[in-house]
Amino acid sequence: MAKVVLVTGVSRYLGGLYARRLSTDPSIERILGVDVVPPKHSIGRAEFVRADIRNPMIGRIMAQAGVDTVVHMNVIATPKDTGGRVTQKEINVIGTMQLLAACQKSESVSRLVVKSSAAVYGSSPRDPAMFTEDMNPKTLPRTGFGKDSVEVEGYVRGFSRRRPDVEITMLRLANVVGPSIHTAITDYFALPLVPVPLGFDARFQFVHEDDATAAMILATTGPPAGIVNVAGDGFLTVTQCTAIARRPVVPVPLQAAGVIGNIVRRSGLADFSSDQLTFLAFGRGLDTSRMRSVLEFEPHFTTRGAFEDYARHLRPAVPGVEGVGEVVSDAAGGTAAALSRVFDRIQP
Amino acid sequence: MTDDPSKAAASPTSETSSVTTTSAAAPTKKKAPKEKAAKNAIAKSDAKSGSKSGAKSGATKKAASKKAVPQPASKQAASASGSAATSSATQAGPSARPARGAFAAGAARASGERRRRSGTPLIPSAPVELSAARRLAAGAGADALADEVVSAVTEGPTEPETRGPATGASPARAARAGRGSPPTEPGDGAGTFEPVVGEAAGAETVEGETVEVLEVADAPETVDPADVLPAEPTPPRRPRPPRSAVRSTRRATPGEPARLRAVPPVEPIPTQAEGQAGDHGTRHTQTAQEGGWERALTSGLQSRAEKLVGAVLEGAEFSSESRPGPTELVELAVNVLRAAASSAGVPAEDVERQVAETLAYLRRRLTGDYVVDEFGFDEDYTVNVHLPLLRPFYKTWFRVEVRGIENIPDEGGALVVGNHSGTIAMDSLMTQVAVYDEHPRHRHLRMLGADLVFQMPFVGAMARRSGTTLAANSDAERLLSSGALVGVWPEGFKGVGKPFSERYKLQRFGRGGFVSAALRAGVPIVPVSIVGAEEIYPILGNMPAVARLLGLPYAPITPTFPLLGPLGMVPLPSKWLIEFGPPIETTSFGPEAADDPMLVFDLTDQVRETIQQTLYSLLMQRKSVFL
Repeated sequence: MAKVVLVTGVSRYLGGLYARRLSTDPSIERILGVDVVPPKHSIGRAEFVRADIRNPMIGRIMAQAGVDTVVHMNVIATPKDTGGRVTQKEINVIGTMQLLAACQKSESVSRLVVKSSAAVYGSSPRDPAMFTEDMNPKTLPRTGFGKDSVEVEGYVRGFSRRRPDVEITMLRLANVVGPSIHTAITDYFALPLVPVPLGFDARFQFVHEDDATAAMILATTGPPAGIVNVAGDGFLTVTQCTAIARRPVVPVPLQAAGVIGNIVRRSGLADFSSDQLTFLAFGRGLDTSRMRSVLEFEPHFTTRGAFEDYARHLRPAVPGVEGVGEVVSDAAGGTAAALSRVFDRIQP
Repeated sequence: MTDDPSKAAASPTSETSSVTTTSAAAPTKKKAPKEKAAKNAIAKSDAKSGSKSGAKSGATKKAASKKAVPQPASKQAASASGSAATSSATQAGPSARPARGAFAAGAARASGERRRRSGTPLIPSAPVELSAARRLAAGAGADALADEVVSAVTEGPTEPETRGPATGASPARAARAGRGSPPTEPGDGAGTFEPVVGEAAGAETVEGETVEVLEVADAPETVDPADVLPAEPTPPRRPRPPRSAVRSTRRATPGEPARLRAVPPVEPIPTQAEGQAGDHGTRHTQTAQEGGWERALTSGLQSRAEKLVGAVLEGAEFSSESRPGPTELVELAVNVLRAAASSAGVPAEDVERQVAETLAYLRRRLTGDYVVDEFGFDEDYTVNVHLPLLRPFYKTWFRVEVRGIENIPDEGGALVVGNHSGTIAMDSLMTQVAVYDEHPRHRHLRMLGADLVFQMPFVGAMARRSGTTLAANSDAERLLSSGALVGVWPEGFKGVGKPFSERYKLQRFGRGGFVSAALRAGVPIVPVSIVGAEEIYPILGNMPAVARLLGLPYAPITPTFPLLGPLGMVPLPSKWLIEFGPPIETTSFGPEAADDPMLVFDLTDQVRETIQQTLYSLLMQRKSVFL
């Protein structure tokens, strides 16, 4: 059972949320939060340790504190926050390597929990409707976060071979949305004008930030579960999402999507790599039966509920648009009223 | 006329006085002045047409010349005026029938309009209170009163003579009067003559309005500053009865202007509507003036127009009082719809319901308020858009005849396996419609499509929405075990793209994956044979280079396709037969049988043979390809 937990990426939003949640669990004796920058938010009763997981020093920390559970949440999906793709890859891949190397050396570590992503399944027109955990991607993600995730999972698999005594739980989270979290997908739907692939209407699954954290907590304290997909129930299409977020769309041919993606990325509004663009065209479905049967986790938010919660906190695309809308509808109502009376009378 | 310029300066209020004069003249001078007026008009137009100097004198001259125009009508007017005189007697009696207040009001204004058009706008009107459009609208009610109108018209010209001073208005207005040509006249004259007409109107048929007139007649002159207009320095005052008449006509549209202004957004639309109605009215007016017999002919139309305009006016007044809201919008839309439906001879309820459903669908689309399942199937879209789009093909174009629909189970999973043909997968779409429309439970056929389908923009999105998913074992088994009815066409592109010479010859049935999927899920296999699809686009040749270029499995040449361009994409209207065969049970083999390749091949062959034999028998029964 988890007594001393080491959390990486605690200065990131989801890491901080996780640390706060875990702090409320009295069975946990000690929580160590590791990151390169001090957290801006509360991390509960977790002790912040300023360390770089890319540095072998992490092994000494583990040994000193007698860490028995390592929670790896430092696989970064948004290069914008970390200073570019190079740093992102460095943190994701090299960081995971070093962390797992340290874990392998450590005598005390008995459980490893990894926050992975559904991006490992890629996204293509030849995908099955639903991916189960044992399915391989039809097309391997070749760039960005998806590729990092695949490599991270590769290292974890290698680690599990070398340390079969360590229980491993790896959660493949669907896109995390919520009122506060910033990811590529939340930035995307917050654009004042959402470019969508022309002629495609991808299916998405979302998981609420609270559910994502709760699933990670469960993976830390609950029974070992192996690889588990985590997603809210139900599906939303891109069209539905933009409708719920009340954003106008501009259809863009998929061939031009790379250019548009570049423009958007350069402008700093949202961060999209090419595999995320294919994701917008073809979407992805996760089979979550293992989440229920093995992890025994029941998400509180459905896909729609999670997205609506996110959209509620979204500012309108154009400031003051509501006011203008009211004025217009007032005027329209006025003329309509007049017309209706006229027609009332004409009608025999 | 001569002292005209000097007194023209008088004041803007001279209109009111002029009004009084006109109306005063109306009851007293009937016949005689009219003829005089006619003569005068001619004379003036002759005499003064040459010399136009000052703006004011110019205006009067123009007016005079205009007077000349309506002269031909004055003869009728003269004859008609007799009747007017007699009817004025009835007006005096307060016993008038009360029913048609709105009508009378409309008529009053209408005749004002009539007058404006045909009479001389010598006397500029009060700064217009009623919008021109409104007055135009009023014109619609006029027609029945043509006689009186014309008589009034002829009276118009006489006024300036008797009352020179009144004519001279502010120079600008005079100029305007001069500029205006009868049809486009901005309505200055109309206001002036309205009173007279109003009386004439009241005199005629009359009704309710008369009562009002009488009442108001006694009222003190201070009434209605809005009506009479700012300040009455009132140079020359005129007898009272006519003034009251003025008021009475305005009463017909009580407080209109003020109220309309009070609710700005409401204003433009009603006036527009009236303007249109008014156009009708004026058209009738003109025809009515042409000859007496035409009046009789158009009287039916006229009375309808009257009713309409009366209603419009009342409606407009009412609307200006109410506060606008979305309810009104809906009410209006429904009313328009009902009117349109009834005029088209369709039951209004049906149309209403259909439109309501469509609107509800659009609303759901706009708000994203619909459910998409894990395969991307969007039932809302399929039922409301996809199937309705296919139904014309199904019913009218291919006249699909369905047999053995009872072989499809009412519930639970089943695998429908069919023969594929027709260059594009029209047969699967028609089978989808057949299953939904003919089956008593209206089941959705969830089809399995090639990955090429999902690579293509639009096609892929439509396919997913309408329930198609990738032809992979994982998807098929997932669908079947969830109790869905799954359709598969195992020939794939080999079947769809085969040349016309090989029609109705089944190709290899894939690798039998569909059988193993059915075995694993333990669902029956329902063979379906489709006859007719082969003939919709007979493939005569292939263009492999084009196909390679576009990344397609084949690029067909049909008798019409590249030849007629897009027109060649219209399928030939062959007659279709779809027969569902008796289901082949798979439960007895157990799910592990799916791993027995021999059994799978045997079952595959059995299904294939069943379909092939059914195809032959259907082809024998078919009388003609197209009938």
